[in-house]
Amino acid sequence: MELTRRSFLKIGGISAGSALIAGLGFDPKPAMARVQGLKISNAKAVKSICPYCSVSCGVIIYTLTDGAMNVKPRVVHVEGNPDDPVNRGTLCPKGATLKDFINAPNRLKKPLYRPAGAKEWKEISWEEALDRIAKLIKDTRDKTFIERDEKGQLVNRCESIAWVVGSTIGNEEGYLWVKMGVALGLVARETQARI
Amino acid sequence: MATVTTEGTVGLGLRRVSASKAPDQNIKKSDQLAILVDISSCIGCKACEAACAQWHDLKPPLHTEEKLFTGYQSGPGLAPNLFMYMRFQEVEMDKGLVWAITKYQCMHCADPGCLKACPSPGAIIQYTNGIVDFDHSKCIGCKFCLSGCPFDVPRYDANNKPWKCNFCVDRVSNGLEPMCVKTCPTNALHFGTKEEMLIRANKLLEGLKKRGFDKAAVYDPPGVGGTGYIYLLPHGDKPEIYGLPKEASISPLVSLWKGPVKLIGSIVLWGTLLGAFLQLILFGPIKVGKKEKKEG
Repeated sequence: MELTRRSFLKIGGISAGSALIAGLGFDPKPAMARVQGLKISNAKAVKSICPYCSVSCGVIIYTLTDGAMNVKPRVVHVEGNPDDPVNRGTLCPKGATLKDFINAPNRLKKPLYRPAGAKEWKEISWEEALDRIAKLIKDTRDKTFIERDEKGQLVNRCESIAWVVGSTIGNEEGYLWVKMGVALGLVARETQARI
Repeated sequence: MATVTTEGTVGLGLRRVSASKAPDQNIKKSDQLAILVDISSCIGCKACEAACAQWHDLKPPLHTEEKLFTGYQSGPGLAPNLFMYMRFQEVEMDKGLVWAITKYQCMHCADPGCLKACPSPGAIIQYTNGIVDFDHSKCIGCKFCLSGCPFDVPRYDANNKPWKCNFCVDRVSNGLEPMCVKTCPTNALHFGTKEEMLIRANKLLEGLKKRGFDKAAVYDPPGVGGTGYIYLLPHGDKPEIYGLPKEASISPLVSLWKGPVKLIGSIVLWGTLLGAFLQLILFGPIKVGKKEKKEG
């Protein structure tokens, strides 16, 4: 289209006029509602237990991933688990910030081992750590197991090992832990949920 | 627990848009939503503050020791990266020391002063369920919303864009409760329709009065048409101790400026243009050529 002097003035006049009309309070644009996205709508929800105190509140951890091989899952949100009878969806300020706790750069993710006399901690694998713990438990128990006390009564106990478990274990894991402890003959058993 | 209908939660319409004509309200039905803050059962644990920052992915300002201030608060107040905070104040009252705790954030007024003051079309919107939200893509960074706010809420980032509580509109419009309400461990926060929340507030108020808080009151300031956050205050005769203005209202300058002043401005603008046009038609353009020659 060729822009003549006349059409230029026409277009200019129309634009100036509509700007003035808008200035008086008539909006030619229709008001549209915005669509709101939810940041956890595509996230995978996993139930877990808050590790902080002995109340052991249930939490839901939302992780963004579709399981693709080339993508590392990322925790985007943590909130209370409404189905958990302990907290029924609520969380305290510490529990509410679990996302930052999980994503903290200096969070310990692998077992550390410091041999006797050494100054430095060194990273070891879980297999190595568990094997070593099992071996030491066996050795200590073998060495110090008390089958009968001074009166000759059958006691079957191991007094030289104490076992403390964290608050993240629930009812079922707690049951297994007690069974295991009794089988080893441990007397000093404690859980953080009681401390 | 309060029941929330889908009306007002899923599929949001708009009630008011800044500097624009109000959209048609007869299309979709919607409930007014509200949060009731029961100060009498709040223990000041700040779980709502933490959960808010987590949901909105905020990094609230850290306060170094030099900037330390008195009190139990986690900061001096709201910040562009802190949409809500717990406010603590110790006050000497007749019956002894009172520890006034408040959850402080945008109140989501039914008649929002920020929206009225905003000159940019669509930068501040109010959904049909009462939630007031900012649209940063349309914001021009003029900071007028703070001058229109009776509660001193919006805070500006480095680009002069305002930030505030958005009532977790993303959660609410997807059928979830706001994050602060979900996390509250003492059931001090209740979420539902405004009607339900007022009924619940008055029920709790009766209980408080029986316990000896005879001056307890429900805070729902009529000066801004009621708010989306209703407070149950044990010392309701003095809302100032909770940091809430006794009579919240929009500054009269805002309505003056948006009403008569705007109209007069438009008339002057139109008049000037019309006058110039008439001058051109009746007398023709002013010839300045002769004068210039004389001066030269």
